[in-house]
Amino acid sequence: MKIHEYQAKQLMAQKGISVPLGRVATTVNEAVSAVGALVSESGNPVVVVKSQIHAGGRGKGRFKDHPELGGVNVVTDGISGGVEAAEAKVRELAEGMLGSTLVTIQTGEEGKKVNTLYIEQGIDIADELYLSVLLDRAQSRLIVMASTEGGMEIEKVAEETPELILRETIDPAIGLAGFQAARLALGLGLSKDATKNFRRFVSALTEAAVEWDSDLIEINPLVVTVDGAVMALDGKMAFDDNALFRHPDIAAMRDASEEDPAELEAKASGLSYITLDGTIGCLVNGAGLAMATMDTIKHVGGEPANFLDVGGGANAEQVAKAFRIITSDPNVKGIFVNIFGGIMLCDVIATGIVEAVKEVGLEVPLVVRLEGTNVELGRQIIQESDVNVITAEDMKDGAQKIVELAS
Amino acid sequence: MSILIDKNTKVIVQGLGKTGEFHTDKAIAYGTQMVGAVHPTRAGTTQTFTGETDHSGVPGRPDIYEVEIPIHATVRDSVEATGATASVVYVPPPFAADAIMEAAEAGVELIICITEGIPVADMVKAKRYLADKPSRLVGPNCPGVITPAECKIGIMPGYIHQKGKIGVVSRSGTLTYEAVHQLTRLGLGQTTAVGIGGDPVNGTNFVDVLRLFNEDPETEGVIMIGEIGGTAEEEAAEFVQREMTKPVAGFIAGTTAPPGKRMGHAGAIISGGRGTAAAKIDAMNAAGIVVAPTPTDMGQAMVQALG
Repeated sequence: MKIHEYQAKQLMAQKGISVPLGRVATTVNEAVSAVGALVSESGNPVVVVKSQIHAGGRGKGRFKDHPELGGVNVVTDGISGGVEAAEAKVRELAEGMLGSTLVTIQTGEEGKKVNTLYIEQGIDIADELYLSVLLDRAQSRLIVMASTEGGMEIEKVAEETPELILRETIDPAIGLAGFQAARLALGLGLSKDATKNFRRFVSALTEAAVEWDSDLIEINPLVVTVDGAVMALDGKMAFDDNALFRHPDIAAMRDASEEDPAELEAKASGLSYITLDGTIGCLVNGAGLAMATMDTIKHVGGEPANFLDVGGGANAEQVAKAFRIITSDPNVKGIFVNIFGGIMLCDVIATGIVEAVKEVGLEVPLVVRLEGTNVELGRQIIQESDVNVITAEDMKDGAQKIVELAS
Repeated sequence: MSILIDKNTKVIVQGLGKTGEFHTDKAIAYGTQMVGAVHPTRAGTTQTFTGETDHSGVPGRPDIYEVEIPIHATVRDSVEATGATASVVYVPPPFAADAIMEAAEAGVELIICITEGIPVADMVKAKRYLADKPSRLVGPNCPGVITPAECKIGIMPGYIHQKGKIGVVSRSGTLTYEAVHQLTRLGLGQTTAVGIGGDPVNGTNFVDVLRLFNEDPETEGVIMIGEIGGTAEEEAAEFVQREMTKPVAGFIAGTTAPPGKRMGHAGAIISGGRGTAAAKIDAMNAAGIVVAPTPTDMGQAMVQALG
C-alpha cells in the first residue's frame, strides 16, 4: 500500500525524523490560510505548493488544463511582497491545481486528479542527497541505499554511475549499526555537523522502516540545509499489505481514490485483479498461471484485458463475481477461462460460470479450458447448460480460439 | 531416488485448522507417513483420518485407510515422540514465521511452509534465525514437495503425477501442475516436484534445488519455472551454465506484466526496471536452457532439451 507524501512526513515527524513544516489543504482557502502560519513559524518567506498524488515526477509534471503549471511550485513572492503577496500567489496556484489532472512521467497520459495539496516551508538547500530503505531480495534483508546524486532518478544513477550508490545491509537482529551510518556519512562527504544529523536521521528512519513493515521508504531528495540540518524534502513510502493487520493507523491512510475501482472491488471479494488495456478478459486460478495466460494470449497475437487470479479455494460465488468484473469492462471483446484444478474443483468453476452467465448475460465469445480435479464433471455441467461456450484442448488452443473469435 | 523426500520420510503437521486437516487427510490417502501434529490446545489427544486410498500414490495399499496421529503442544514434543524429520506448516500468516522458527529449533530437517501472506519482515527474521541451523525451509507460499508414488507434502493434486525421471522446480503452484501434467502425458514422469514459492523472501531457492537434482542419479533433466520479480532465475541460469551436467528446460511467466504492479504473488513485481521476464529469458537462453514460448510447450521443451 502506498501513501501520500504528506502522510509519510506526518509519520516521520512522529518518530522525530526531521521534515519541513507543512500544512495539508483540500480547499483553496485552506491552502491560503496555511501560508501565514508557515512563514511566521519557519521565518522563511518562501513556501512550496505540492500536488499530492501517488506518482513520482511531480515537479516536471504538467496539469492538463493548465499546462503553465507544474505539479510542484515554489512561491517566492513573499520575499519582496510579504505574506499577502505569497497568499495571493498560493490562491492563484491552488485554484489551478485543486481538482485538475496532473500528468507526470509515472501517471501515464490519463494523469491523476489532484484532490489534496501540501503547503510547505521553503528550505535553504546546500546539498541534495538520495536515501532509501528497501528489501534486497537476494539477501533477504532490508538495505539502506544512499547517493550524492539527490533529485535524480535513482535507476538512472544505478545504470550510468553505479559507483555513486552506497549500500549497507541491515541485520534484522541488530538494526543499522552505528559504524554503518558513519560509513554512509563518510561516503556522502558530509560536514561534521551534517554527519551528526545524518546519522541520527538514518538510524531513526531504518528503525521506523522495520517497525512500520515498510516495503520501501525513499527520500529523494534528502537535503542538507545551509545550517547543516538534514531533512526529508520529499518522502515516498509503501507498506507490506500482508502486515497491515498490525498497523491499523497506517491502513487508515489508504486513499481509495488513488486505486482502480475494479481492483478494489475484486480485492473485497478475495480476488486478485489488475486492469490492463487489451481486449481479452481472463479468468484463471493461480497467479503464475494467470500471468502465463496473459503471456499466451499475447503470444498468439491478442492483448489481455486483465490479470485475474481467483485463487486456490474460490467458490462458485467468487467465480461469478470475477465474471461480472470482467464483463463490466467495456474493452472486453472475448473471455478466456483457464483453469487447472488442483484444490480448486473444475465442477465448482463450471457452476460459477454457468450461474454468472445466466445472471449477467453473455455478449462476447467465451472459451473455457478446464483441466484437473473433477474435470469430467465440470465439462458435463457446461455442456448440459444452455450457455454458449467454446471448449479448448489446452491453454494455447484456448488462447488461439478466443483471439480469433474476438477479432 | 528422488530429492528431499521419499517413502521413508516421516512428517508432522503444524497448524491443524480446516486447511491443515484437509491436506493431512489427502497426504495420508496418498500414502505419506503423517506421524504427528502440533496444536497448542489439543495436545494430549489424537486425531483419526479415514477414507479411500488414493491409488495414484504409494502402491500396494488396501483400498481403505485409517490412521490415528498424536497431537502435541510443541514441535519438540512431537518430533521426540514420532521421530519425524519433516514438518509441513499450515499455520495462519501472522504466526507462520514463528512456527517455522519453532520447527528449526526442534531440529526438523525439512520445513515446508504452505502459508500464503506472511509479512516480509517476519520472513526476514525467520531466515536470519535459520541461517546457523541445519534445517532446510521450502516456501512459504508454495504448493509443497512431492516425490510421486512415495511421499506428498503439500496441496498439489497427487493423481496428475507419475514416477519418472524429470525434476520440477517452480515459483508457481498451478504452473507446476501444468508442467507435471505434460510430463506425465509424455511418459517422462517426475523424480520430485518442488514448489519454492511466490514470496519475495523464501527459503530454498532455484540454485539449491538444481544442485540437488544435479546430484540425484534418477533425475535426467529439470524443468524450472520462474516468474517476474527478483533475480533468482538469473542466478539459477548462471549456476546451470557453470555446474549443471543435465539438460534444463524452463518457462518464465509475466512477459506481459506491467511494471510496478504485483501480479498476485507478493514477489511477482517488476520494480525499478529490474525483474523483467525478458532479462530472465535472456539469461536462461544464454545458459543453454530451452525456454518454452508458452506454458503449453513446457513438456516439449524438456523433450527438446533431452535431445
